[in-house]
Amino acid sequence: MMDSIANTPANGQARREDPPAQAGAAPQLDLDAAFRDSNIGEVLDKLERELIGLEPVKSRIRDIAALLLVDKLRHSLGLSAGAPSLHMSFTGNPGTGKTTVALRMAEILHRLGYVRKGHLVAVTRDDLVGQYIGHTAPKTREVLKRAMGGVLFIDEAYYLYRPENERDYGQEAIEILLQVMENQREDLVVIFAGYKDRMDTFFRSNPGMSSRVAHHIDFPDYTPGELHAIAGLMLEQMQYRLDSEADTALLEYIERRIRQPHFANARSVRNALDRARLRQASRLFDRRGGVLSKEDLVTIKAADIRASRVFTAAKSVEPGVSDNR
Amino acid sequence: MRLTQGTFSFLPDLTDAQIRGQIEYCLRNGWAVSIEYTDDPHPRNTYWEMFGQPMFDIRDAAGIMSELQACRRTFAQHYIKINAFDSSLGRESLRLSFIVGRPDKEPGFALERREAGGRHVQYTTRSYAVERPEGERY
Repeated sequence: MMDSIANTPANGQARREDPPAQAGAAPQLDLDAAFRDSNIGEVLDKLERELIGLEPVKSRIRDIAALLLVDKLRHSLGLSAGAPSLHMSFTGNPGTGKTTVALRMAEILHRLGYVRKGHLVAVTRDDLVGQYIGHTAPKTREVLKRAMGGVLFIDEAYYLYRPENERDYGQEAIEILLQVMENQREDLVVIFAGYKDRMDTFFRSNPGMSSRVAHHIDFPDYTPGELHAIAGLMLEQMQYRLDSEADTALLEYIERRIRQPHFANARSVRNALDRARLRQASRLFDRRGGVLSKEDLVTIKAADIRASRVFTAAKSVEPGVSDNR
Repeated sequence: MRLTQGTFSFLPDLTDAQIRGQIEYCLRNGWAVSIEYTDDPHPRNTYWEMFGQPMFDIRDAAGIMSELQACRRTFAQHYIKINAFDSSLGRESLRLSFIVGRPDKEPGFALERREAGGRHVQYTTRSYAVERPEGERY
């Protein structure tokens, strides 16, 4: 009785003013407003700007962001599907940006309100597995406690499982991880990272683990053009610049370096830039006595890059670079 | 007799949500939270047993709450308290300490009078629980 009295005028009004909205009689949801409020656009833009390439990774992150945003709206209506499982596995060759993306992921999940604090705890086997019986469980729990409210990033996770030693304590760490991943899903997100083939073996031998990791994201290798763009971003951060010849030299360097062994994508590029800085510094040092301008201090010349071992090794093939070493 | 000690001694026992809120407050201030338990709750007994290490580098209360649940499971019939230690220079002491777990039956304390020289009387309290040996109290 009370209800009908209270409701009738309101319903009547709604019908008069806005007939189509009456069908659901539900509040209008504004996905745009939710998107704006979460500031997630800003993070995604930053991701787009600062992460070169990695299309599959970015599209998965956008999917997750959309899911969490929609979940938030559903939650505001009292619809609940439980917290989605967001444990992830990042596989890819060295230097493809797994740690960087994990850091971003922590920030994104925090903005979307999935994790409460948004910090990243990066660990390896040493931090989780103990050295004697009874040492592993407290150690793993300690790390999990630190990671609560944020993201736990386990680098080279396949080392946790050593099939050749059946008494290895890694198994114990895995079991504790599984338990927490399942029961305290809202408290932390676990990200496993490592090289593709070894992670595949790891998941094959731990089916329980594989089924609890909802998102398997593969990080592709960068193309030379992408690596070149990454180098540009790195230089910008280090406040250096390349003159135009050095720019071509760098692209050439990258193309050669890719074909050589132990190539580690962006990490190799960073190392190359560090060595170029070293050479630039000693070049400036050799001609001391003269006056240095700011221009000199920030510019890396082609010679600084072409002096690399990568070019000298290929000298016989490419005679044009013989004047620099 | 309901034992009261520490920061919120004048309040009824905190709920888990309230405990969590207090822990969040401690973490926000950068204090290290630790859990202690005892079966000898004499007011002058400042040396309770530590349940695990004091928890440094924790960002969220969830980890400490799960530790507290573990302590409650293990020591269901003990007193449990949460301490927050402030390590900043000049302070280096507990900032907060409150009881978060207690046994079902609390027998309380006896007041003892001892006659000293002349008509002088000395008072002391003794917990009924400590009449039995450690581990069998409560």
